[in-house]
Amino acid sequence: MDVAIIGIGIHPFGRTEGVSGLEQGVHAAREALADASLQWRDIQCAFGGSTSAGNADTMVNRLGLTGLSFINVANGCATGGSALAAAVAAIRSGEHDIAMAVGFDKHPRGAFEVNPADWGLGQWYGEVGLALTTQFFAMKIQKYMHDHGLTEDALIRVAEKAFRNAEHNPYAWRRRPVSYEEIASSPMVSHPLRKYMFCSPSEGAVALVLCRGDLVRRLGRTPIYVKAVSMRTRHFGSFEVFSPCQALEQAPSPSVTASRAAFEAAGLGPEDIDIAQLQDTESGAEIMHMAENGFCADGEQARMLREGETEIGGRLPVNTDGGCLANGEPIGASGLRQVYENVLQLRGAAGPRQVPGRPRVGYSHVYGAPGVSAVAILQR
Amino acid sequence: MSAERVPVDPALFTWPDEAPRLLGSECHDCGTIVFPAQTSCPACCSDRVAQRRLGTRGRLWTWTIQSFPPKLPYAGPATPDRFRPYGVGYVELPGETRVEAPLTVADPAQLAIGMEMELTFVPLTTDAAGREVVTFAFRPLAADGEEG
Repeated sequence: MDVAIIGIGIHPFGRTEGVSGLEQGVHAAREALADASLQWRDIQCAFGGSTSAGNADTMVNRLGLTGLSFINVANGCATGGSALAAAVAAIRSGEHDIAMAVGFDKHPRGAFEVNPADWGLGQWYGEVGLALTTQFFAMKIQKYMHDHGLTEDALIRVAEKAFRNAEHNPYAWRRRPVSYEEIASSPMVSHPLRKYMFCSPSEGAVALVLCRGDLVRRLGRTPIYVKAVSMRTRHFGSFEVFSPCQALEQAPSPSVTASRAAFEAAGLGPEDIDIAQLQDTESGAEIMHMAENGFCADGEQARMLREGETEIGGRLPVNTDGGCLANGEPIGASGLRQVYENVLQLRGAAGPRQVPGRPRVGYSHVYGAPGVSAVAILQR
Repeated sequence: MSAERVPVDPALFTWPDEAPRLLGSECHDCGTIVFPAQTSCPACCSDRVAQRRLGTRGRLWTWTIQSFPPKLPYAGPATPDRFRPYGVGYVELPGETRVEAPLTVADPAQLAIGMEMELTFVPLTTDAAGREVVTFAFRPLAADGEEG
């Protein structure tokens, strides 16, 4: 059964003093309902998540106590992707016709605070100074650059592109273009990654309204269809965040397995994708995720970035709304932001950052601790 | 007189041996070795695992430099005036596993993937009882094979 996205809503990302994460979620939900020309009482089931801003289902106090099925989702960086997967499954199963996927967050400033016990690790792991996601990303790209001959040039170009794209995104956090030189001379945070190459925890919210494909005509909305959505966890041997040891033989990351599953379910391949939103927790992640999701060979990214292939207007535009680098990462909302951007782009409604040539198929991918990934493929 | 020294976690390495070793576990069924020791095998799910003392030398598989003070529960000096950047890396112990560890070197010019490393033990902090808390770390092996 086809499932369509018929409404999208967003609360601007960044820092919004005096507005709770929950209120940002309610704002996004109301926007999505208005976009779908529906009322909250029309929503039969909802899946929502937030990591630092409270229980998502508390939203019903503001939106209306209609008695709907509302399930909280807690899946780290894959929270948004998992909420979407659950909403799609609820409709496909025939149990519900109209669903909402929603995510919001509001994190304190600075690096994410980590309680080792939450990740099945002893307190020592934090005490000796290893419980930082930033270290993992730095060490993964350090090894990748060494093995595939990439230089700092590629890392700088990814960050430069993110801020350039965000200038034209009214919902982005950091909308000032940052020059190549400014990125290249910014302080080293975790070698080889510099300040402008990392995203920061932030705030924001996104909501999507979904329905059965055969209801679209009756509801009178322009549909964007969910061709596939997949969520995967790590296999033994994949190199992951918060790993005190790593197997001698490396296995493919959960991004690889989630991507393959989504392509297979959609009956499409990487060559069919017109626009991609790839998890860019930092510059290196975007580079590695281009290959892990099947869009290029290892090492090919240097040339693609140099020749502008992933720019808006390039062969495969990547992170057209500025990605995590320019939007920050409110964990609960981040994955749904990518889907929001793809819907806008497939509708042809992305304004000055619209990808030319009427893109038809959009791809989104999230990755996070401790080795989770979710992929969604949309088609108009 | 030197203060009493205690390990950051007694399960991580043999202590107070003269030359302590990291304690991992080895799966009886598939041979997979992990650090720290756990009661089941993450590769084949077997619970027939036994403790294993890991080797002390290996090659640097990847690395970075931690250049800002981590939040709690980091136990080292974390105030801006007292924090000192430290290296972090994975060291591949031949035939065993790759162990993530603090490095004694924090200078990118002195670190390279593939270089030889050796297990060492360094002070992390002083606990409430005035005892020196010790962690494992890896240091570059001197070119002549002597202790650096």
